[in-house]
Amino acid sequence: MTEIFKNEIVDVAVIGAGPSGLSAAITLKKLGIQKVVVLEREAEAGGVPRHCGHPPFGIREFKRVLTGPVYAKKIVETAHNAEVIIKLKTTVTMLAAGGELSLTSPEGTMHMIAKRVLLTTGIRETPRSARLVSGSRALGIFTTGALQSMVYLKKRIPFRNPIILGTEIVSYSALLTCRKAGIKPVAMLEENSRPSVRWPIYKLASWFEVQLFLQTKLVKILGQKRVEGVEISDEKGQVRNIICDGVLFTGQYTPESSLARISHLEFDPKTNSPEVDEFGRCSDPVYYAAGNVVQPPRDQAKVPIYYTTKNLPNPVYNAWQCWSQGRTTAKNIVKDLAGNLPSLSL
Amino acid sequence: MPKSPRTNSKLKVDNRNSALLGDADAAIIGGGVVGCAVARRLALAGISVILLEKSADILDGASKGNSAILHTGFDAPEGSLELACIRSGYSEYLKIRESLNLPLLKTGALVAAWIPEEEERFPEILEKARNNGIDDLRQLSRQEILAMEPDISENIRAAIAVPSEFVIDPWSAPLAYLSQAVANGGQAFFNAEVKGGKFFGNHWMLQTKRGTVKATHVINCAGLFGDLVDAEILGQSEFTIKPRKGQFVVFDKAAGCLVRSIVLPVPSERTKGIVIFPTIFGNLAVGPTAEEQESRSDASVNQAILQKLLTQAVSQIPALTNIPVTATYAGIRPATEKKEYRVVENAERNWITLGGIRSTGLTAALGLAQYVHKLLEKQGAKFKSLYKPVVPSVPNLAEHLPRDWQTSGYGEIVCHCELVTEREICEALTSSIPAGNLDGLKRRTRVTMGRCQGFYCSARLAELTEGKFAESLDIGTCHD
Repeated sequence: MTEIFKNEIVDVAVIGAGPSGLSAAITLKKLGIQKVVVLEREAEAGGVPRHCGHPPFGIREFKRVLTGPVYAKKIVETAHNAEVIIKLKTTVTMLAAGGELSLTSPEGTMHMIAKRVLLTTGIRETPRSARLVSGSRALGIFTTGALQSMVYLKKRIPFRNPIILGTEIVSYSALLTCRKAGIKPVAMLEENSRPSVRWPIYKLASWFEVQLFLQTKLVKILGQKRVEGVEISDEKGQVRNIICDGVLFTGQYTPESSLARISHLEFDPKTNSPEVDEFGRCSDPVYYAAGNVVQPPRDQAKVPIYYTTKNLPNPVYNAWQCWSQGRTTAKNIVKDLAGNLPSLSL
Repeated sequence: MPKSPRTNSKLKVDNRNSALLGDADAAIIGGGVVGCAVARRLALAGISVILLEKSADILDGASKGNSAILHTGFDAPEGSLELACIRSGYSEYLKIRESLNLPLLKTGALVAAWIPEEEERFPEILEKARNNGIDDLRQLSRQEILAMEPDISENIRAAIAVPSEFVIDPWSAPLAYLSQAVANGGQAFFNAEVKGGKFFGNHWMLQTKRGTVKATHVINCAGLFGDLVDAEILGQSEFTIKPRKGQFVVFDKAAGCLVRSIVLPVPSERTKGIVIFPTIFGNLAVGPTAEEQESRSDASVNQAILQKLLTQAVSQIPALTNIPVTATYAGIRPATEKKEYRVVENAERNWITLGGIRSTGLTAALGLAQYVHKLLEKQGAKFKSLYKPVVPSVPNLAEHLPRDWQTSGYGEIVCHCELVTEREICEALTSSIPAGNLDGLKRRTRVTMGRCQGFYCSARLAELTEGKFAESLDIGTCHD
């Protein structure tokens, strides 16, 4: 099985088997591209929806309301049916000019040369360190992604009474996860004077009997071995302690774009995204990028209906938007391979 | 509470802690870099050693957070024991590193002057270096610096190049030292805090949390707690530890290509100052601060100070403004009321204390170990160096050398940011000095130490480490 990948020349290599990558790969196959390989570093395809154990996913793609894990299974199945090759546990370690990829998998390192490469490496939350938060480095400090993969993929819980930082849509997704796992958050903190999400979504907190503190900052994380509490300050600057056994940092999304950042591709440090033209094409025209790895500047992002314009978080696309972007970019790649795309204007 | 994986049931440690845990020629209190180096030296010199560490793993105190520089000693106090130990430690590291598979990043350093007053001190620095026996320093003009390090700010005035200051792995080195001690007959006990001790004319009986240890000689390498151990057991300490915290900010690996050299400030009387340095793991880091504090264990970070470090780093390397922060951490140095190392020998009672080993300890540890060896010889200890000592090799984590993910059969990559494999994690959990807690596992493998800080791998890691540590990533299970 693996020999075919050694220095293998493929038509399109897609990096990342989340909604964008799988949708692109499916579209490419449907439009007659022969060798489409999706390279996925995890042991399982499907991307972030795998650990978003709640609806609504798949409404437009499959005309049904699905939970994340069911949706993830469905898109993987669709890809398999379209004869997309998904190579699991395969990590791309370097992008080189002309579509040459360095890979590693449990079978060893190898190279792949692709006529076109599509980066769909997704997005993740900003962890505590990059937010320069004060305090100890005790156990119990997590992002939503880490919490959800722990709860939904491994049936484990990292804390019982955390505080949740942020009021983005993902913060409420975290709240649902907590509820499902029997975790009772102590409070949600928001630095702004209003939550990022609109009514009635932010009401979820009070329905779940979780206090929402607005204009409140996390000052310091307390605790030696495990988190024992946090110091918070309110709008008047008054500092007080809350007892909790975990801190959940939600949102503040940042593209998982390290591969692009350390490559030859032009990169925009403001959005942490590779630069792309209107077709999703990077500065090396063999490379494309789509889905959450490419974010627009904050002021150009389309505001989702559930956000108030008064407290906008970093932009992030939902699974449907990724799915549809993957499809659009795949169509551009097909045109390009047929020589029907205008030359690069980056 | 899960049972500690290190508890050796054969020893039958009872509640009164009176059972004999071990018997050795030398007991070493403290599993920091100094204790590990001393254990290695004495084991290689052919005497039996027992290392007693109060934590569940080595490097849990001062040795866990430093700048990982292999110092030449060019700016160390002239004629001091510190200088002598740095010099001998430096040479020994270079001599043994390949056999133990310890990495070396030949960065060189630049002592950078940003204002005229700093440049004025160059002759003094150059002279001190010459007196200290380091004669390859040379002054660089602004143009020469910028040609060498194009990403350094144009505001730099001049610099002294110190070509032989290097970067090493601050954690694999002590791990290798202790592994070699153990491979050659030494013993290491964890969760074995020393609570008291009595001297019986020719040997010590040390009370630890896990039982009594009989030892002819005791070497106190307790770092941040060295004075307390002396006070408790000898009745007095000749020095007082004044904990000094140093905070650090680590930049993403994308910054690794911005500077090749360690960028040192012109040092002050009190501290070596804030350094920008490449790490062996491919990052660039800035720190440490020097903050006096009461607590010997509070290694918390502070947002305002981290922000200052960031600003300072960006002012010296402007391109860092576009690089995200990967990690922040703090270390605590066991400074004392005096600047020098506080080595105290109590020959009548077979006791040696290595105290006040601060920033230079990582380099000086092997030198201090040689020094202890000599002191013990003078005290009449009988040594017979091992004819063919076992030389274990530790896993490589250095970015510039081959890593496990570049081989095959590693299972899967668990931590994607740092490319840590399942095999590396499993080996760190089962090696001769296995990881005793999550921090120890991180230091041995770099798992979760990358840019996402566990976003992708925490769940898998919780699964792989289930039941291994007293404190685990998860605290329980949940149902569907």
